[in-house]
Amino acid sequence: MVLVKIKLQEAGVAGQSGSPSRGRTRSGVDSQPEPSLVRKFLLSRGSSAFADRTFRGLMLLCAFSIFGIVALIATELVLRSQMSINKFGMAFFFRQIWDPVSGDFGALPFIYGTLASSFLALLIAVPLAIGLAIFLTEMCPRFLRSPLAFITELLAAIPSVVYGLWAIFVLVPILREHVNPVLAKTLGWTGLFSGPNFGIGMLAAGVILAIMILPIISSLTREVMTSVPHTQREAVLALGATRWEMIRMGVLRNARIGIVGSIILGLGRALGETMAVTMVIGNRPEIAKSLFAPGYSMAAVIASEFTEASDDLYLSALMEIGLALFIVTIVVNALARLLVWAVTRGTPARIN
Amino acid sequence: MRKKLLIVSALTVLAATSSLAQKINGAGATFPYPIYSKWFSEYSAAHQGIQINYQSIGSGGGIRQVSVGTVDFGASDGPMSDAQLAESKVKLVHIPTVVGAVVPIYNLPGVGQGLKFAPDVLADIYLGKISNWSDARIAKDNSGVKLPNQEIFVVHRSDGSGTTYIFTDYLSKVSNDWKGGPGKGTAVNWPKGIGGKGNEAIAGMVRQMPGAMGYVELIYALQNKIPYGAVRNVSGNWVSGSIEGVTQAAASVKSMPADYRVSITNAPGKDSYPISSFTWLLIPVKAQDGSKGKVIKEFLQWMLDHGQSEAAALYYAPLPKEVANKVRGTVAGLQ
Repeated sequence: MVLVKIKLQEAGVAGQSGSPSRGRTRSGVDSQPEPSLVRKFLLSRGSSAFADRTFRGLMLLCAFSIFGIVALIATELVLRSQMSINKFGMAFFFRQIWDPVSGDFGALPFIYGTLASSFLALLIAVPLAIGLAIFLTEMCPRFLRSPLAFITELLAAIPSVVYGLWAIFVLVPILREHVNPVLAKTLGWTGLFSGPNFGIGMLAAGVILAIMILPIISSLTREVMTSVPHTQREAVLALGATRWEMIRMGVLRNARIGIVGSIILGLGRALGETMAVTMVIGNRPEIAKSLFAPGYSMAAVIASEFTEASDDLYLSALMEIGLALFIVTIVVNALARLLVWAVTRGTPARIN
Repeated sequence: MRKKLLIVSALTVLAATSSLAQKINGAGATFPYPIYSKWFSEYSAAHQGIQINYQSIGSGGGIRQVSVGTVDFGASDGPMSDAQLAESKVKLVHIPTVVGAVVPIYNLPGVGQGLKFAPDVLADIYLGKISNWSDARIAKDNSGVKLPNQEIFVVHRSDGSGTTYIFTDYLSKVSNDWKGGPGKGTAVNWPKGIGGKGNEAIAGMVRQMPGAMGYVELIYALQNKIPYGAVRNVSGNWVSGSIEGVTQAAASVKSMPADYRVSITNAPGKDSYPISSFTWLLIPVKAQDGSKGKVIKEFLQWMLDHGQSEAAALYYAPLPKEVANKVRGTVAGLQ
């Protein structure tokens, strides 16, 4: 309530900016003999036209450096993968073979592995992260709020190799002995949870990625939800909404752009994650329907095989995998932008 | 004032030492890194003003960098191919330094150290033709061992590595199907199994999963007390990986080629361990910078005279006497 009052007062002040009472205070300030330090500085420095123009040019340069960097990466990737592009052509992206000894390469299993593990991660992390954010902003008792928020943010600070080690020694055994058998029994008929159960595989990669992107999505979502004005909540409650209706109509509806944005950031991290994935995904360039089966991701194969790749075609093929990752990231981000655009097009206050 | 003087004197000392110090840069194989780093730090300590930096970036990277001359020497677990030597801008010689071995490891509850793997059995497990531990072909060589009726979880290295090169080089020699199929290399198209990054991941996976089998460097199995199997060598004896067995394999090379590019997997000899290999330093025949060449030459001589005796403490086998003597001759010829 207090906050609302302050807000109202601020609005009042802003609204009255031309009123006589304000004019009087202003003239009171002017009549003081000593001008403020800022005013003195501004008066003393002379014309600012040159400095302004330089500043503008400098900032423009900063902005355009992004284009430069992206263009440089793209050309470098294309140039370095020239040998492989010439040999395999477009088919490189649709072939399912990876044989360094005979020099036969294709990227499809890696593209599939990257996309599948990332979307699996989103599937697990998004509901969890949004639930966590709702609890933290709307229902959490005050004493629990900061420890919970602190721990979520702590998760984001752990290096990925630590996640990888933890996954090998803790997560994988749990999956193998407790989770996977249950999944196989109940959902085995779908074909998604069948076949030999190593513990290591696509599912393990999805779960570890989900844990890694959870703090990103939840802390950003929380940030966005906190910034929804309290008046919105109060207005919806005043109209007779229950708490859940208030969260749905008053908060989530308003915060949805920011939430989609945070999901995109999480997806970005999942697509590029290397170390933790390579430690648990099983590193087998194969497309399997079962999530228990091992797979491989683009970032993982580059990190694994780059150091020992001695012949030129092999190296060039790895570079082209990098190019594929670059393209996939751009396409996924573009699609995500489209999604944001589609979501934001509607009027903000609709209920359904 | 005093502070200024101190800084100036510190700077002059720095300048003086850096002008005296001879910095040698090398890069390459990860497998011999522990012994190399020990050698280089000891050598630097004993020879004032000489500093040898070694970056273990992998054999492939080592070959590439020394070929174009960005480092003063390279290191590799597999010998360079003829094509690579022809492409290299710098004329290189292979100098063998130590000998290492790869051992098959496994996790079978109730079965201890020393399970016997015939060469063809090992190849067929990795080809996927033998998929159960109770297979008659494994049982035949291991009478008295109670083998469980359990699927074999095959584990291999996913990162390119010298260890994989040695292992697949051996499999190519003992199995025609392997030679015609996946072949040999630092990374191959594995017909079966899941990949782990690095020795740690292989060991971790094998330890956790009952029924798993993998391969690691001997050093790694010994240091971490992982049970490893014996392999039948050419003479028909079952030999477990050990420094002696590895040395025997290295000594079995009757006619060492002048460029030392020799594979000693499946080596003859009664006690030879069959999955062994040299690891090499790649040294330019004529150094770009004469004074650096002199330092490298002196280091190699020191390595042969003093360094070799330190290998065993780190579970590497030293070069056999005859090989070391031959290498001495080659080193003397470096310019």
